[in-house]
Amino acid sequence: MRLDFTIISDDFFAAGAASARIKKSLQQVGIPTSLVRRISVAVYEAEMNIVIHAYSGKISLELAREKVRIVVEDEGPGIEDIQLAMQEGYSTASEEARRQGFGAGMGLPNINRAADKFEIESTVDVGTKLVMEFNL
Amino acid sequence: MKLEKIVDLLNLKPLSDYNKDLNVLGAYTSDLLSDVIANAKEDRLWITLHGHQNVVAVALLKDLAGVIITGEHYATNDMLKKAKEMEVAVFKTELDSFDISGKLYQLLNNDEE
Repeated sequence: MRLDFTIISDDFFAAGAASARIKKSLQQVGIPTSLVRRISVAVYEAEMNIVIHAYSGKISLELAREKVRIVVEDEGPGIEDIQLAMQEGYSTASEEARRQGFGAGMGLPNINRAADKFEIESTVDVGTKLVMEFNL
Repeated sequence: MKLEKIVDLLNLKPLSDYNKDLNVLGAYTSDLLSDVIANAKEDRLWITLHGHQNVVAVALLKDLAGVIITGEHYATNDMLKKAKEMEVAVFKTELDSFDISGKLYQLLNNDEE
């Protein structure tokens, strides 16, 4: 099974649609509830990162025999210091995002906690790529 | 405790359809979405001052029992539209987050005894 989504920056209304769809699809194919929840959490955080920070992005999910692999790629400002961004509490979210309860600086740490394997690559002024894997 | 009983005893105003028979296991009070994502557990009520559509997305994600919007904060039409679409329960109380949390805490703890 493969699912692809395009995410648009600043679209706070549509935000959450990809994770909701992924959650439903994984439930339908019988993935255990706790794993579905971990995957949806990671996808939601990644989705919100695109909405808040990037210009546009793509999320693709692949369900294989032993794992779920999710690749999130965006075009955006990139992350200057990944180590700092991975620190809980560090955030560069806008005022508007903070007003809505985002910007706690927990997005990447939450993804890291949820996934069995998590890789992040970023180039300033180009974009960011996340690869997450969940063992079945 | 059944959601219907909590709604009744705490005088919560339902802003969407909700499952009256749902067994509520507790609650979580926070206004940081990522904190709720990290720490709230399923079948708990979420007490918050936020009334926008992203709250619905997070509640759905975490299989929460519902959202209680507190104090002088109100749900936007976008939120209610999304809540209906996603079947997420949303309630309103005039109490602030501290007071409704305290009351709910008492209610749920007394229920256990």
